[in-house]
Amino acid sequence: MDFFDRFAVPHPSFLIYASMVGIGLTMLAIVVGITYFKKWGYLWREWITTVDHKRIGIMYLLTALLMLFRGGVDGIMMRYQLSMPENTFLDSQHYNEVFTTHGIVMILFMAMPFIIFFFNFLVPLQIGARDVAFPRLNALSFWLFFMGMGLFNLSFIIGGSPDAGWTSYFPLAGNEFSTSVGTNYYMIAIQIAGIGTLMTGINFITTILKMRAPGMTLMKMPMFTWSAFIANVIIVFAFPVLTVLLAMGTMDRLFGTNFFTTDNGGMDMLWANLFWVWGHPEVYILILPAFGLYSEIIPTFARRNLYGYKSMVASMVVISVLSFVVWAHHFFTMGQGPFANSIFSITTMAIAIPTGVKIFNWLFTLWKGKIEFTTPMLYSVLFIPLFTLGGVTGVMLAMSAADYQYHNTMFLVAHFHNVIIPGVVYAMLAGMTFYWPKIFGFMLNERLGKWTAWLLTIGFVLAFIPMYITGLDGQARRMYTYSESTGFSLLNMVSFGGAAIMAIAFVLLVYNIYYSIRYSPRDIGNDPWDARSLEWSTHTPIPEYNFAITPQVASTQAFWDSKKNGHELFKGEIEKIHMPNNSGLPFIMSCMFFVFGFAMVFSIWPVVIVSLIGILACLVYRSFEQDHGRYISVEEIKETETRLRGAKK
Amino acid sequence: MKELFPVKQVMGFAFSIVLTAVALLVYFTDMSYTMGMTVLLITAFVQAGLQVVVFMHAGETKDKGSIYINIYYALIIALFTIFGTLLVLVWDM
Ligand code: HEM
Ligand SMILES: [Cu+2]
Repeated sequence: MDFFDRFAVPHPSFLIYASMVGIGLTMLAIVVGITYFKKWGYLWREWITTVDHKRIGIMYLLTALLMLFRGGVDGIMMRYQLSMPENTFLDSQHYNEVFTTHGIVMILFMAMPFIIFFFNFLVPLQIGARDVAFPRLNALSFWLFFMGMGLFNLSFIIGGSPDAGWTSYFPLAGNEFSTSVGTNYYMIAIQIAGIGTLMTGINFITTILKMRAPGMTLMKMPMFTWSAFIANVIIVFAFPVLTVLLAMGTMDRLFGTNFFTTDNGGMDMLWANLFWVWGHPEVYILILPAFGLYSEIIPTFARRNLYGYKSMVASMVVISVLSFVVWAHHFFTMGQGPFANSIFSITTMAIAIPTGVKIFNWLFTLWKGKIEFTTPMLYSVLFIPLFTLGGVTGVMLAMSAADYQYHNTMFLVAHFHNVIIPGVVYAMLAGMTFYWPKIFGFMLNERLGKWTAWLLTIGFVLAFIPMYITGLDGQARRMYTYSESTGFSLLNMVSFGGAAIMAIAFVLLVYNIYYSIRYSPRDIGNDPWDARSLEWSTHTPIPEYNFAITPQVASTQAFWDSKKNGHELFKGEIEKIHMPNNSGLPFIMSCMFFVFGFAMVFSIWPVVIVSLIGILACLVYRSFEQDHGRYISVEEIKETETRLRGAKK
Repeated sequence: MKELFPVKQVMGFAFSIVLTAVALLVYFTDMSYTMGMTVLLITAFVQAGLQVVVFMHAGETKDKGSIYINIYYALIIALFTIFGTLLVLVWDM
């Protein structure tokens, strides 16, 4: 192929050209806007070079929201295409690209940054720390993730999107069947983002183990911190598999190795196997922090202690092991015998037990609680039954013999959306609404928030429950169209209606943000929900050092005790505080990773080599750099404290 | 004098060289496949354990407990993954 031909999108259409123009114009508008308002310096000093966990968290949040909309548009397009038989809105190639990017964007670039936003924002505050253990590494994590995300989305405009499914099974994903650079993007962009995530894992394990406030033993940590801890342990053990897997896939595609080919001793099934060795733990990485958020929200609005703290912790520890021993349930039909399948059936069903324990604990927390239906609570209460339904269908899928019927039908699609949307997405929205006042200093509007929650639920039920039925009737997933005679059209039309309602709900969410920025009162104090754990005990807005005096902890809900039982949180005098310095290095290094990735995708070797040297140079520079951080003086802290205390009233 | 001379480390060093030499035998002598594999697996695991305990000082600090929990957890997961994969792709295929 001619050198420049590869940069063109191989299968263009009007829609793609239109969005290219749209993206181009938006980028231009942003650059012009920033220049016009002279914000480049501000951006560089306050955001791009920041090592503050709160700001890094907010950048994760913005990326996640952006990707939620990108992936959501994909979802709507798929539903519209399937809403009528023989629809010609998308052709088969476009449909392939859309479901592939939808899956990757939603899992890796929407759900992952969303949970990492909560890790970043909440964990240091919940354990009474001033930042994470390795602030500079944290910035590097974010920028690597961000560049991976950027590179992946670039595929849409330059060279063509990947189209072999988010699972990218070989041999389909090999050079023979995936001829465009799309799958190279998949391999390399996810690799770069994945390295960032792996660093996040290491960072937060260290933070949680080493930086807890005095008195906070492991069994006195807030439940979200526990869930973050377990999720990060799973990250550290699962993501290396992805790293190796993608490296092998890259070598197969670029350097002619034969790991996953069907001849020369390669084994295509090894890809499916290793993909799910990472992939199944990954779904638990997403759901555990979601569980953690529900465990913060439900006690707050049931006005009761979380029921069964110890069993909550124990169930998560059990899940952290079990989630690694069930992966083969994703390919019961690959050809292995009933013995192997039975083993994985049983382990999979076993994982429902610790999950069930958690459901009962929430129910017991609600039991006899004085429930207050705020928006976050509404999401949590809707989550319990809907998620349970998803769990039950999961157990149906876990029966390997029956799975031959369900596998790769819409039944499966219904199942995982049923757990991911009420499980993860609701938790993210509930958590965002819950912590919004702590982050931005005003509440989101409650009325609009509840409307969003209800619309989302109605939309969800209409969009995904019918898929259970069409799936049982034999509608296969990833089929771009079907004929009238199959009889799938009515239910698919209902699904499209549901998807449209969900879209309206998301628009309402955006409107809510806009509305609340304009009209929400700003004098809400530090603890607007009357909540329980340490993150609410500091000022709003949170000073960069989080706590002027390190809090003393004696129970799982230290802040509640300080409010109701006369526990003294902040003992002692203000002392000078040691804080890390900002640095542009993580950003610069990640930019080089971006160039490296792009050059790899198109096999432009000179650029690969130069950018690799650049990356190495950054590493060397960092090794010799002397940076001992800085101190915030006592006077400065006192001044900030008085100012913030004044702002409260 | 005794405190100054790192007996344990020197012994460990010598032992790790012996282990390497034994592993190299597989290449230089004419062993059967099974024999060779067994020798490699055993020397590899002993070598890894030696490095962790003697040279990476696992067990010498007060976070001994967490270090060993971590190592055992990693081992369990690695073994599950390897044997699960063998089961699916080789033994029961
Ligand atoms: C706006 C709501 C959504 C709609 C209408 C929607 C629609 C769809 C459809 C129709 C498919 C199947 C494509 C096919 O195989 O033919 C799909 C796949 C998928 N969706 Fe969604 N989706 C939505 C939200 C989400 C969310 C929030 C997530 C994740 C957090 C998600 C994750 C996925 C994944 C991972 C796949 C591919 C799974 C696989 O290939 O194994 N979706 N979606
Ligand atoms: Cu799974």
